[in-house]
Amino acid sequence: MPPLLKLILRRLGLGVLTLFLVSVVVFGATQALPGDPARAILGKQAADKAMYNALRAQLHLDRPLYQQYGIWLKGIVTGNLGTSTASGVSVVSLIKQRVANSALLVVFAAIISIPLSILIGALAALWRDSVFDLTTSVGSLALASLPEFVIGMLLVFFFATTVVHIMPSVSRIDPSISVWGQLNLLILPVLTLVLAVAPYISRILRASMIEVLESDYVQMARLKGMPEPTVMSRHALPNAVIPAIQVSALQLAWLAGGVVVVEYLFNYPGIGSAFIDAVNNRDLPVVQAIALLIAAVYVIANLTADIITILVSPRLRTGLR
Amino acid sequence: MSVISQDTQELIPGADELLPEPQPGGAHRRREWVDIIAGSLKFGRTRVGLVIVVAIVLLALIGPFVAPHSPFATGIAPDYSGPSAKAWLGTDGIGHDVFSRVLCGGRTVIGLSIAATVVAMILGVALGLLAGYSRPAVDDVIMRLLDVLLAFPSIVFVLLLVALLGHSLWLIVLAVAVTHAPRIARVARGATLEIVGRDFVRASEALGVPRRTILMGEILPNITSPLLVEFGLRLTYSIGLIAALSFLGFGMQPPAADWGLMINENRAAMLVQPYAVFVPVFLIALLTIGTNLMTDGVSRALIGIDRDTGAK
Repeated sequence: MPPLLKLILRRLGLGVLTLFLVSVVVFGATQALPGDPARAILGKQAADKAMYNALRAQLHLDRPLYQQYGIWLKGIVTGNLGTSTASGVSVVSLIKQRVANSALLVVFAAIISIPLSILIGALAALWRDSVFDLTTSVGSLALASLPEFVIGMLLVFFFATTVVHIMPSVSRIDPSISVWGQLNLLILPVLTLVLAVAPYISRILRASMIEVLESDYVQMARLKGMPEPTVMSRHALPNAVIPAIQVSALQLAWLAGGVVVVEYLFNYPGIGSAFIDAVNNRDLPVVQAIALLIAAVYVIANLTADIITILVSPRLRTGLR
Repeated sequence: MSVISQDTQELIPGADELLPEPQPGGAHRRREWVDIIAGSLKFGRTRVGLVIVVAIVLLALIGPFVAPHSPFATGIAPDYSGPSAKAWLGTDGIGHDVFSRVLCGGRTVIGLSIAATVVAMILGVALGLLAGYSRPAVDDVIMRLLDVLLAFPSIVFVLLLVALLGHSLWLIVLAVAVTHAPRIARVARGATLEIVGRDFVRASEALGVPRRTILMGEILPNITSPLLVEFGLRLTYSIGLIAALSFLGFGMQPPAADWGLMINENRAAMLVQPYAVFVPVFLIALLTIGTNLMTDGVSRALIGIDRDTGAK
């Protein structure tokens, strides 16, 4: 087997193992709860032995733990996430639309923040120690310190209430009309997420760009008389972007969790606000499903980044031979 | 092997290649981190950060004693009234004095964040030292299990625990600590791996020094510098997380005066009474910027000291 393929397969295997353990944690978390769910559901009727045993069988509580886990996992793989205890409807129907809404938020945030922060980072490196570099580096350090809800509240303060009132401060998407007709509702939540993740990417890109610009091969290209824009596009940027891939993926993964607070802040109907509602109601099937979903996105984003890094970095590719 | 966490690497490229020269336990152990803190004060950003943090911590500590009203007293002025002689920053929805609540609302955020970070450091450093100094099999098991925790974004993990166990302050402190511990453990493990092969550790092993003594006496003193940076980073994130939990309604409960909670309680009335929201938002923002500026300064000093000694 070629060593590159072996490396990728190993990484894939590790990712699958992590996903499996994550599912064990989420399943196990509910098992750690004191009390018997059947007794909790039946209340006083639990005294009826036949009814109690029937319900236990229905919930598979009479099986050993590993079998319960197997049944639960099979349900998840086949798209059956259980029933919400708070509303009595299936978890899938409850969160289907919300998953799409959150994905929209994350995708918008990603396609804006990644190119924007790469541009800012590259320019800051190119114009090192200029006013632009100084401003963006102080700005990104400050932004990187702020919790996302603070960024969101500052945006609401400046654009949606006190200073000027040109944006909606809540983003209640109307499900009866197309999202594309109400994009203005997405501006502030997306901007919050962009400001939360962009500083990390631009900082790492600036650092790696500086390293690349000082490298021998960039010097060589310049000495050959290659025009500066070609040096940038052909030699500097492609190499400088490699470390940024990893960080971008980490930030994308972070976005999956970041939506929780941001959606709550803007009253945006996504999985984040659904998660908060479910935690408030202690609606465990919904909590489990969303936690598992977010963790899976996190693991898969990291996995993808690692594999892309293996594929694009010449050092890793050739070093194996 | 990355010795400094990903976050630090983002701050300082190449930071993991430049760590202080390890010293046998005892020798220089005190000087190194004192030097680094002193060295960090050469940077303007560290001093600005320090001034901000000291100012806000003082405000939070002294505030409750100088507050003009009780933070729980209602009817100081009509509900949602603007600034006046009686209530300098106006009142909130049930007539609490906003100024007094701001003065009293910092203690919980700062106290809980420090508690969570300290517990996280103890857990993380213990696991990291153990993983770094154990046989590869034990090391692998510990690190794989920590990877599983890392798959949950902090806020999701904390809320998962809150959903299961109900919200209480000790649970939140513990949950925040548990989400940070794996990241700290990675740094501690990486730094430990750099030290375990050194002659002075080998010598102690040969002399039959117990493992615990080697870990605490030889290895720990040599990894304090990256841990110092890690502490700063985790403290900044803890403040954000703890304040966010109160903002979401899972931290401090009404009628407590708490910055995160105040933001949530008053945000619906932001148009009529902006102070009750803006001032706590501003203070949390300043505090996290302050701690992060200090951390950035310390991690720069860490590299600087290294360059002075020419260590690699």
